[in-house]
Amino acid sequence: MHYLANPARFQRIMTAIRPWAGGIALVCLIAGFGWGLLFSPPDYQQSETVRIMYLHVPSAWMGMFIYAGMAVASAVALIWRHPVAELAAKASAPAGAAFTLVCLITGALWGQPMWGTWWVWDARLTSMLILFFIYLGYMALWEAFDDPSRAGRAAAILALVGAVNLPIIKFSVDWWNTLHQPASVLTMEGPKIHPDILWPLLLVAVGFKAYYIWLLALRVRAEILERQARMLRFAAASDGQPG
Amino acid sequence: MSAFWAIVQRDLRINLGAQGAALTTILFFVLAISLFPLGVGPEPQLLARISAGVIWVAALLAAQLSLDRLFQADHEDGTLDLLARAPLPLTLTIAAKLLAHWLGTGLPLALIAPLLAIMLQMDSAALPALLLALLLGTPSLSLIGGIGAALTLGARRGAVLVPLLTLPLLIPVLIFGVGAVEAAATGLSASPHLLLLGAFLALALVLSPFAAAAAVKLALE
Amino acid sequence: MALSVEGLAVIRGERRLFKDLSFSLAAGEAMLLRGPNGSGKSSLLRLLAGFLAPAAGTIAWQGRPLAEAEDFRAAALYLGHQDAVKPQFTTEQNLAYAGCLLGLDNATAEIRAGEVLDAAGLGRQRRLPARYLSAGQKRRLALCRLLLMPAKLWLLDEPTNALDSAAIDWLGRALADHRAQGGAVLLASHVPVPLPDAQALLLPEGKLAKDEPAGDELT
Repeated sequence: MHYLANPARFQRIMTAIRPWAGGIALVCLIAGFGWGLLFSPPDYQQSETVRIMYLHVPSAWMGMFIYAGMAVASAVALIWRHPVAELAAKASAPAGAAFTLVCLITGALWGQPMWGTWWVWDARLTSMLILFFIYLGYMALWEAFDDPSRAGRAAAILALVGAVNLPIIKFSVDWWNTLHQPASVLTMEGPKIHPDILWPLLLVAVGFKAYYIWLLALRVRAEILERQARMLRFAAASDGQPG
Repeated sequence: MSAFWAIVQRDLRINLGAQGAALTTILFFVLAISLFPLGVGPEPQLLARISAGVIWVAALLAAQLSLDRLFQADHEDGTLDLLARAPLPLTLTIAAKLLAHWLGTGLPLALIAPLLAIMLQMDSAALPALLLALLLGTPSLSLIGGIGAALTLGARRGAVLVPLLTLPLLIPVLIFGVGAVEAAATGLSASPHLLLLGAFLALALVLSPFAAAAAVKLALE
Repeated sequence: MALSVEGLAVIRGERRLFKDLSFSLAAGEAMLLRGPNGSGKSSLLRLLAGFLAPAAGTIAWQGRPLAEAEDFRAAALYLGHQDAVKPQFTTEQNLAYAGCLLGLDNATAEIRAGEVLDAAGLGRQRRLPARYLSAGQKRRLALCRLLLMPAKLWLLDEPTNALDSAAIDWLGRALADHRAQGGAVLLASHVPVPLPDAQALLLPEGKLAKDEPAGDELT
């Protein structure tokens, strides 16, 4: 972990990883979506609309996965004061929010033909909506401070508080859901998923993760460069003054 | 410990004072609830059906009103420097301030809520559950809100930011709180919901002063 | 040495204010921090008060690193730019509260506050809500906090702000008393302060010099 704390070394590793992550993402996404959208069998109940699942479900996974990653990066940033971990958490948030939003939008699109309405307060969708709000709050906190080091640590505390609270929120929303309506129609877990459905799902999920790593490498690099640019500006501004 | 009670006493006096948080919070709470019959109509069954949700949502929003000043006022005039350098650990100092905030806002709000519930035609069997749920739930509003208030210290547009940060985290309180009242109204036991509210409060009690103290320290750098 | 600082560097918001700062302060000694705006005077004081962590270097209090010196928090008193005066409370309540925070019980804090206010010339404003105090009187009230309890080190940031000449004389006497009892002073100011035999620390270079009262600032 300490090995990665050095921004220059991190840059080198990330530069090496980036093309691989990009390549894997491209291959997996093409294969996964191709298989899922063109070759997998339609559902006997939902017919072709079931295919939106290949975007919806991996997006939901990514929304949660990225928050977990963000929380780990925040903990590392707070405990060991790693500047790179802080930047990784910052760079993750918009990606996580975007995946969560994709999950919400595809959920609504899927809900229309199935339930005849664009939005259903289903437990899973509601949890994702709250997760989206938490992402928004996290990003807003980053933007609210002039001093990036202050913003970074405040946001890290928020991410950790959110990580403790998210399972409780998830539990409470499920609790609320069982109180108010019978179990949702939108269930796809269960021991028996046809491999023709499972494989494309997994391929897309791996593709999304590789894409996320590619994006992270790119955005952290941009953040580091921006930080260096700020330092140079400071140095130029204090030219002529020693120190 | 005398320093702890000195902080509670003083913050409570500020909260209850003319420019304090207590009055505006309660006024907002009463006003917001009074708007609902005007908005959805005075039909007793409908009001009774939504009363628990309306009261809890109003309580959640009312608690947000005073949060941005919770540490901000002390930060602006330098009192926070004094508090942070005092022999009392900052975590306890923050706990004292949060206790004073609850005594000044959450407690009066919980006490007045049964009255408003009667105006909303709530089943009288549910009133004790409502009071208990609010007594267990409103401290969590101050505690979790305190984290948001501390994180946004010195931030641009902190007042807008606090609800954005804290409201999603408070959803379990809303769900269990409303659940307790609705269970009691339908003749079921409210205790599972109340226990969950209590568990949330216990967690918030342990977690929040530490998180808020860490955030306040950032603001003092 | 009461306080010794070695190779200190401070970074605020990604910007380095100073580096390689070293000095020491013995009991009864005083040091004036001088330097242009933004040179890190306030940051140095906040760092010594424990609000900021240094980017590099060590601070030792009576021979032990600051992190291990448990008595330091109580031994050092800090006064920042702001007066920390609540307008709705009386002068005496404001001061007694600070006493309570320092660990005095209510009754003792009130008695002590009364004594200090009398000595500071604020005795007549004792029961007056602090919102009626002038800026200079508020500053004096803030300075009164230093006198509630004996301390080994004062960290003062622009203590003379808004003070009139009579109040500055009073501050000078308070500083002299403090030093006579073995207290050290670290003081940042851009105006001359009645502090005889003080060293001066020029920031951000970190050069030590003999302080010349009313010297180069005026020319």
